Amino acid sequence: MSNQDVNIKIIDREGVIHEVLAPTDMNMNMMEVVRSYEIAPEGTIGVCGGMAMCASCQCYIESDHELPEKSEDEEAMLAEAFYVEDNSRLGCQIRITPELEGLKITLAPES
Amino acid sequence: MIETDILIIGAGPTGLFTVFEAGLLKLRCHLIDALPQPGGQCSEIYPKKPIYDIPAYPEILAGDLTKNLMEQIKQFEPGFTLGERADTIEKQEDGTFIVTTNKGTKHHAPVVAIAGGLGSFEPRKPPISNIKDFEDKGVEYIIKEPELYRDKDVVIAGGGDSALDWSIFLTDVAKSVTLIHRRNEFRGALDSVEKVQELKNLGKIRLITPAEVKGILGEDHVTGVAVEQKGKEPFIVDTNHFIPLFGLAPKLGPIANWGLDIEKNAIKVNNALDYQSNIPGIYAIGDVNTYPGKLKLILCGFHEATLMCQSAYKRIYPDKKYVMKYTTVGGVEGFDGTKKEAPKAVVKAIE
Repeated sequence: MSNQDVNIKIIDREGVIHEVLAPTDMNMNMMEVVRSYEIAPEGTIGVCGGMAMCASCQCYIESDHELPEKSEDEEAMLAEAFYVEDNSRLGCQIRITPELEGLKITLAPES
Repeated sequence: MIETDILIIGAGPTGLFTVFEAGLLKLRCHLIDALPQPGGQCSEIYPKKPIYDIPAYPEILAGDLTKNLMEQIKQFEPGFTLGERADTIEKQEDGTFIVTTNKGTKHHAPVVAIAGGLGSFEPRKPPISNIKDFEDKGVEYIIKEPELYRDKDVVIAGGGDSALDWSIFLTDVAKSVTLIHRRNEFRGALDSVEKVQELKNLGKIRLITPAEVKGILGEDHVTGVAVEQKGKEPFIVDTNHFIPLFGLAPKLGPIANWGLDIEKNAIKVNNALDYQSNIPGIYAIGDVNTYPGKLKLILCGFHEATLMCQSAYKRIYPDKKYVMKYTTVGGVEGFDGTKKEAPKAVVKAIE
């Protein structure tokens, strides 16, 4: 493990828990981490490529990490998306940073 | 019946550039797209966003990329069937194909190039268990004929521009208009938001927020919707129509049933050769295909389109000899009679 990696727990759409290492030095976001570990099938996540325009990477934040505020774009997309809860975020808008060490998320259902 | 050499399914950047490469080989193209305008995602999803990895363009807006491609291909006179989705494909005895759209338009071509990107854009359907039972029986995801709602009770759900605009429009047509949104705030053009507020104050729009439609009631037709509003007991709103307006999302759609090898929601192709699918004569290029190492980039789609056209030419004219010619050398001869070519250098001898 490189010291630039953080540990993240991802619960997939079938309920399986994945404990993964995510690099903080590659300008990656949570949606890309999920794709890089193939935790959700291609074509069902990150459909718009990460522009906060499809909500296919919606996830629920299960740990009490303080995440950066939602942007206007993310707010707008979550206002239109389905299965939205108070702890919903778009994975593509969560940048992987050292502060995310120990983060736990659940992927929202495909819609 | 529309006849062409290469029938392209999808009018995004890859599909549009195919017209150019095919035109250099004197092959004519026709494009089908479910969206009403060419450009695919570039015009539908992110026309105002910049792209930085188109070679030789340090920065270009997706909308401008579409505009430039249309300009680049115009002399090859592509045909368009827009606002229709390619639904079925039938292989003919002579190896050619007939593709029929959801509106019944038929296209005949020896080569089909699927450049369908992520698929066709379909309305996003809210996850209500019995919603499918009421489609076209009071549930409409797209408003096609506003007169359908004359003197009817209508419930619209959604918080974007189309939900706002249709709510405003239908107040003049329907008996009643109810707008339901999960949030208190709406995200639309300021004018529309203010107009909805005004109509609400006049009692012409009933606004229910923050709330969601959770169920649909009725036997053969919608008679009401079950609404859950924050902090209240669930209640029923009587209505003749329920119109969920949650934007569009791409789905691979009918192409998935064409007998093509599908992997990762994409069409498997032979990338060592010509991007042909498992069905000879059907190619897949751009974001819609997959192969080892595939990258969904516009620039990769351009490359795939170029190789595909060479293969299509050999398929259509198996006995004709041809080698690729540089446009700098051969110029560009359009089907419209125009010719672009490098200006001849003026040479004058010193006497």
